[in-house]
Amino acid sequence: MLSSTGHPFIFLLPVIAIAIFWVMAKFEPKPVGVTKKSFFERNGTPVAIYLIAAVAFWSLFMIVLPQLFMVEMSFRPKLPPIEMGGPKDLYTFENYHYFIYGSTTSSDAINWVHIKAFFLTIFASLLVAIFNFALCYPLAFYMAQVARPARVRFLLLLLIAPYWVNEILRAFAFRIIFSSGGLINKILLGMGWVDQPIDFIGNDIALYAGLGYAYMLMMIFSLYNAIETLDHAQIEAARDLGAPWWHIHAFIVIPFAKPGIASGCTLVFMLSAGSLAAPLVLGGPRSLWFTPILYDRFFQAFNWPQGAAYAFILLLACVSFVLLVLRLGRLSLGEIAK
Amino acid sequence: MSSKTVMNVMLAFYMAIFFGFLFGPLIVMGVSAFNTSTYPQVYPIEGLTLSWFDKLLNDRDMVYGLKNSLWIGMWVVVLSVPLGLAAAMMMSQIYSKARSFYYVIVVSPVLTPGVIIGISTVVFWRDLTTATNSKFLYDGVFMAVLGQSSFISAYCMLMFMSRLNRFDRAQEEAGLDLGASQTQVFFHILLPFLRPAIFSSAVLAFLSSFENYNTTTFAILADKTLTTVLAGRVRQGTTPAISALAVLIIAVTIVGAIIYEIVKRREDRERQARLDAAHAAELRELESIEKATHHA
Repeated sequence: MLSSTGHPFIFLLPVIAIAIFWVMAKFEPKPVGVTKKSFFERNGTPVAIYLIAAVAFWSLFMIVLPQLFMVEMSFRPKLPPIEMGGPKDLYTFENYHYFIYGSTTSSDAINWVHIKAFFLTIFASLLVAIFNFALCYPLAFYMAQVARPARVRFLLLLLIAPYWVNEILRAFAFRIIFSSGGLINKILLGMGWVDQPIDFIGNDIALYAGLGYAYMLMMIFSLYNAIETLDHAQIEAARDLGAPWWHIHAFIVIPFAKPGIASGCTLVFMLSAGSLAAPLVLGGPRSLWFTPILYDRFFQAFNWPQGAAYAFILLLACVSFVLLVLRLGRLSLGEIAK
Repeated sequence: MSSKTVMNVMLAFYMAIFFGFLFGPLIVMGVSAFNTSTYPQVYPIEGLTLSWFDKLLNDRDMVYGLKNSLWIGMWVVVLSVPLGLAAAMMMSQIYSKARSFYYVIVVSPVLTPGVIIGISTVVFWRDLTTATNSKFLYDGVFMAVLGQSSFISAYCMLMFMSRLNRFDRAQEEAGLDLGASQTQVFFHILLPFLRPAIFSSAVLAFLSSFENYNTTTFAILADKTLTTVLAGRVRQGTTPAISALAVLIIAVTIVGAIIYEIVKRREDRERQARLDAAHAAELRELESIEKATHHA
């Protein structure tokens, strides 16, 4: 087994990548007769230095290196600080092993609790994304193609307003509404439709409603931006040719808005799968969401390497989801992340 | 009923449901902030009170967290806006074969769950500060700023990119031809052109920072921000004091939104006035040329 002192190596990785691209750029055959200005000449020295320093700091110290360090840590054992870097500090798969098989002391052969939570999170996030799409599509279409500009401006203001309020407060509002003494149960009891309050929180209904609510705006904006660029004449033409309304949506608007739909669904999926506030506030005692488990790895089990491994598993799931959406929709990343 | 009326009725019904879902929770929370009952409820109204607001202002943790949040938000703006601008300017200049690779890297924070960004920031700085013996940098506020800026810079970058797309390179050329240095072009032509984007990305950066929970809860360590204090309170139990906080935030944001709208409108008007002036000047010039040719 390798001893886990990989930090200098990790630092070298991005440097090597940059060096490769630099060399490639240097040795690229230049078109004859065209004299291209160098980067420093084009921007002026002070601005060029600012650009390089800012981009290097951001991409290396805030994006790439932290991620690499987290992945590296996930392959290390949990040790007291004294033994770190010592003879016991060897690379290991034990944290991933734990995710699948659980601890050696547990009687179950497989760590069902965590695996179930993981797949439930993925599945529920998918449902939230689909539900959001169904809810937001009509409004997005209305704003993008039907409504007058003044009304669109007003609707946009209305849509954005609730999102100035903190995510936790939004979840709290759902707690007030859905709790056993909350508004909905009061109404149901008062009407005599039920004799006992329904446990919306224990059944995770509050959680799903809260998640759907939390990320609606992302969906609306992605759809609106995509549908807005569709030439209204296309819809008119289809209508003149006698297409029923659902044909217009299924064969003109939706294919046209595909990048927007993909980007909306991806954003909502990612945000739900990675959300922590809503499950913490709205999750019932039995509810299982993956991020609170992750949270507990750090703050209750104090097992950082294991937490890092769980975070990496979540990251892999999200990356696979993005790749899948790109593949299915035959899109590029640039079309999604706008 | 004609099909048009049916459509209109359906549309109205759908809008009512949609905006009911959107505003219902906030209204319920808002009302419960003024109800005397100790459990936040809308009905029955047991009496109106402002005592929950009083309780809120005397909550020392909340006030401390608020100060921390404002401080962090300010630094996030200071860091993210220049980083986003640099990254957006780099996008068009970077070696073409490296561009898509670069794009994936700088956009990835937008698509990475905030929890993971927080964790990786803490892991990285813990190891780095241990290795370089600079433990004082292993600080909650410092890491919260860096962790949040990691993805907020990407938001800013996307805003700058869409603004830069509309930049007319001829302006830059004109400046250079008239003898300006590249640095002068940057400060006197490009930055003024980007001003609206700088303004909106600063607002966006501050708000995203202020309300962030997922990244902050890991990065902040033992320190607190308003959202982490709030999360603790909400988990402990529900009190109308939290609703009162929501009411305050909503009030502040409504005022903020109105100010933002006024500033925006004034800028639009000024731009329109400038355009009109330029147009009038052009007309006068044309007229004088015409006159000159007539005289001749």
